[in-house]
Amino acid sequence: MTEINASTPMEKLTIGGNIYEAGNAREFKTGDWRSMRPEWIQEKCKQCGLCFPVCPDNSIPVTEEKKRTDFNFDYCKGCGVCAKVCPFGAIEMREEGVQ
Amino acid sequence: MSIRERLSGNEATAIAMKQINPDVVAAFPITPSTEIPQYFSTFVANGDVDTEFVAVESEHSAMSATIGASAAGGRAMTATSANGLSLMWEMIYIASSLRLPIVMALVNRAVSGPLNIHNDHSDAMGVRDAGWIMLFSENNQEAYDNMLMAHRIAEHKDVLLPVMVCQDGFITSHSIENIELENDEDVKKFVGEYKPQHYLLNADEPIAVGPLDLQGYLFEHKAQQADAMRAAKNVIKEVSADFEKWTGRKYDFFEEYKLSDAEVAIVCMNSTAGTTKAVVDDLREKGVKAGLLKVRMYRPFPAEEIAEALSHLKAVAVLDKSDSLNAAGGALFEDVTSAMYVNERYVPMVNYVYGIGGRDTTEKQLESVFLDLVEIAQVQNVDNPYRYLGLRKGEN
Repeated sequence: MTEINASTPMEKLTIGGNIYEAGNAREFKTGDWRSMRPEWIQEKCKQCGLCFPVCPDNSIPVTEEKKRTDFNFDYCKGCGVCAKVCPFGAIEMREEGVQ
Repeated sequence: MSIRERLSGNEATAIAMKQINPDVVAAFPITPSTEIPQYFSTFVANGDVDTEFVAVESEHSAMSATIGASAAGGRAMTATSANGLSLMWEMIYIASSLRLPIVMALVNRAVSGPLNIHNDHSDAMGVRDAGWIMLFSENNQEAYDNMLMAHRIAEHKDVLLPVMVCQDGFITSHSIENIELENDEDVKKFVGEYKPQHYLLNADEPIAVGPLDLQGYLFEHKAQQADAMRAAKNVIKEVSADFEKWTGRKYDFFEEYKLSDAEVAIVCMNSTAGTTKAVVDDLREKGVKAGLLKVRMYRPFPAEEIAEALSHLKAVAVLDKSDSLNAAGGALFEDVTSAMYVNERYVPMVNYVYGIGGRDTTEKQLESVFLDLVEIAQVQNVDNPYRYLGLRKGEN
């Protein structure tokens, strides 16, 4: 599939925006929709496994050993469901762009 | 060898569709285009065509099913009028933006309300900026011929846009006139087989059609549509030339009737052009140098060519069979005057809104327009450019 972005000239875009390849949702990074950003506080995390099943996307990667790792911010939209279910306060929501 | 017949405009359109033998026709009945799917469903029932006929529950669904069929890789057609087209409106834009070469017969009728089923062009004018190629037809012969040319235009790789073939409701659609039909085999050869490059039912190339197209891309995709519309001019010229070679019937962007040596002329579309020709002939006998420019290809609009063709005249009247209700001119008038301005041509020009809701337009009325033009040509001044023809109005 041809890589396109917001500086691709019109001649290089397919007509009607058609995509001539299947299975490409991964290419569509939706993380920039986010206004709130979850922060994973690793020392408070007990790896209880409650957060990643409730993520509406697949923004909490899990290893073979069933341990979660840091958020995948390419797709996290900052909905905050993970923070809500965490019993240990190991996920805190912060305003995006504010340190 | 052509076949002499006598048919109504709707019959002629249905027979063209039979000869084209599309993969899918999805339609919903609405006056005055009802007969087209009605005749066509008879062809389907009798096994005269291989078409899948989808009797949908609304025009929105008719256009949606046509879009689905076309995106799947089929040749898809439909027919409608007025409020049927209004109900399709959302999908009309989807069809053109997905670059689907759908062909639709639009039998022109007034868009209600108040409720009216008779002819004017308000339905077509409502979708003039929707990215469809729009061909207008003076009579049953032109409705048939335009239909035979439509797929070649729509499916051309430089175009890939839907085509709408317009004819006047009742006046053309229900009037039986002489017509020359072509042989099934010749039509099949001329129209050709449809081989889309990309289509949804191609198992070897799974594709996505109509994805989200936000700020970063829609502008460019619209400009691509505009480019295709510009490219369509050449394609329409080529296809019309091929058609003339085959049938001997000549089609251009517009027809010039006794225009080259005319001093005053009317610009109009569809059946009114026939009446105007009779008036032109009559006035020529009386020594008035009258002429006609009949627009066949309304979208893309042949602005430069029309400006050139009208530039030698002393006065021009543009007849709009739809009132834009904008306190300025009708759509065709705006297009023609804009074409003249941009191409630096000035001819005194006046607009007549006429024939609304199927109001008859007589030779006498059209003659009065030419006589108005003769006066305008003498004084070279237009005191009121926005006029009505055939409207009842009391004296002030």
